[in-house]
Amino acid sequence: MTPDKLIELKNVAKYYEMGEAIVKALDSVNLVIEKGDFVAIMGPSGSGKSTAMNLTGSLDRATKGDIFLSNENIEEMTESELAQLRGKKIGFIFQQFNLIPNLTAKENIMLPMLFQGISKNERERKAEELLKLVELTDREGHYPNQLSGGQQQRVAIARSMANDPEIILADEPTGNLDSKTGKKVMEFLKKLNEKNRTIIIVTHDPNLAREYAKTIYSLRDGVIESVERKVKNSWKKVSEEKKKKGG
Amino acid sequence: MIKDYFTLALGSVRHRGLRSWLTMLGVFIGIAAVVSLITMGQGLKTAVTGQFGALSVDKLTIQNKGTSFGPPGSTVVEKLNDRDLRIIKETRGVDKAVTRLIRVINLEYNKVSEFTYISDIPNTQEGSKMVYDSINVKAKEGRLLRPDDNGKVVLGNNFESGEKFGRKIQVGKTIQLNGKDFEIVGILEKSSSLQLNGVALTTTKDLEDLLNIKNEYDIIIAEVTDQEEIESVAADIENRLRKDRNEKIGEESFSVQTPIESLSSVTTILNIVNVVVVGIAMISLLVGGIGIANTMYTSVIERRKQIGVMKAVGARNKDVLMVFVIEAGLLGLVGGIIGALIGLGGALGISLIANQALGTTLLKVSVSIPLLMGAISFSFLVGVLSGLLPAVQASKLNVVDALRN
Repeated sequence: MTPDKLIELKNVAKYYEMGEAIVKALDSVNLVIEKGDFVAIMGPSGSGKSTAMNLTGSLDRATKGDIFLSNENIEEMTESELAQLRGKKIGFIFQQFNLIPNLTAKENIMLPMLFQGISKNERERKAEELLKLVELTDREGHYPNQLSGGQQQRVAIARSMANDPEIILADEPTGNLDSKTGKKVMEFLKKLNEKNRTIIIVTHDPNLAREYAKTIYSLRDGVIESVERKVKNSWKKVSEEKKKKGG
Repeated sequence: MIKDYFTLALGSVRHRGLRSWLTMLGVFIGIAAVVSLITMGQGLKTAVTGQFGALSVDKLTIQNKGTSFGPPGSTVVEKLNDRDLRIIKETRGVDKAVTRLIRVINLEYNKVSEFTYISDIPNTQEGSKMVYDSINVKAKEGRLLRPDDNGKVVLGNNFESGEKFGRKIQVGKTIQLNGKDFEIVGILEKSSSLQLNGVALTTTKDLEDLLNIKNEYDIIIAEVTDQEEIESVAADIENRLRKDRNEKIGEESFSVQTPIESLSSVTTILNIVNVVVVGIAMISLLVGGIGIANTMYTSVIERRKQIGVMKAVGARNKDVLMVFVIEAGLLGLVGGIIGALIGLGGALGISLIANQALGTTLLKVSVSIPLLMGAISFSFLVGVLSGLLPAVQASKLNVVDALRN
């Protein structure tokens, strides 16, 4: 119960029904993400890392357990409250960039602010500021299909920043990029983390995780296998008791 | 906020280009049909009722059955005669009555002959005044026919150009009616009645001589003293004539028409035409609406991911709902605007062509702003309603499912 606790998953489970069978995507997961951390959620495909991210990002609801975002239990919120909260507190970056194709770079960045009821002038001002931050000022009128993958992902980063969220959640942010542009994208995330934003990335790339993250959660078969923290450039396992507590 | 939704919706309508246009097609055909019909409807009504201009509100028309269409006289066995005229004149409430003949005659000018309608002007002062009152004509050239103008003729406006005869027809010239010479003393102004524009008028005596008839009439026009009682006077006349002719109710060989009856029968026809066309237009709008619904459903499926993204970045269900409803509404709205413009253009075009073909300026088109606004709002509504279900579906999409692709 540290005061800087931003996200907490308590005994969280997510089950999917596949016909008769029940697939346990996550089973009794406990984790705490602190403010200012740079977290990597790792694991092979099917390990439940995407489910973990969806739950952490309040995109989905848990089958069991409680999820706290800034000490508020999101399981008790209505869908509409959740959407508002998500829009304000969490910025999303996706592997597929997921920009709206019929909106320009600038309009895409303005979109999250629209749903928070921010005035058009303010939205434009902020979008221009963010375009500058991701070094795409000269591309503001371009549509996603007129931008390279790296540029699209930078627009997506700018979009994720639109409402000044405390948390940025990135699902395989470099997955569709070559290593050079991927690095550039990661550098942006690092910069944001240095400005005290909490970054959570989901990745299957251990090198990427080790290079940028401060905490690594490794998932396997729906449970947390290990938690590692970077202490003075070396990695230290801190997970054992958590895993037991959860199981 | 709503404005922003509009911008968003407009963006995706534009993005889909051709598909949006095709979707709107159904709507704008319907709206174009409604707008053009209603715009022309008023003009059409004026034009058609103008044909009945000969019927003033205080005059009854008694005619033999079967004389409503085509040249009277050709189909009827028993003609109206002086005896009928006397019965009508003696009916209580009848102020005066006058007989009319409407026939077809051979008119020759510049060695070209042509069949044309001919009608008579009574040889009495009172009778001619009554006829002129009821047909409401003025002379454009020369003068109208006087009661004692035997051997003279007045022609309808269509004759003025002399187009069919290869030479201009002027006052003072002579034409032949069934081979007999008549001096033209006047040409009528263009009338709202197409029949009057193509008629030749002579005195009753001349026409009877030309046709070699006596004591037979095609129409008797009776003027009533009190306009309010025109219906009961009509019924009286009908009773008396029936008795005189020994006919059963419903099997009369004549008919008594009040001006309201003739007008209302025209109005009925026009209303039927209206109902049919509006019905077709409604079907078209329905199909248009289904088209919009279909497009919106496909759009929801295609844009699942987009919906997921919108929700991920903070869009509530109602935000998504609004964007999709407005999008569907826009399809209806733009379809409606285009439809209204096409309808208006169509109505103007048709009236122009019709007026040119008929040589009149009868079919007037009046642009009604409330009608246009109404049609456009209606099509917007059709769009919104059609988009409602797909929009609800879109808004209820689960974020994670929508994002997974």
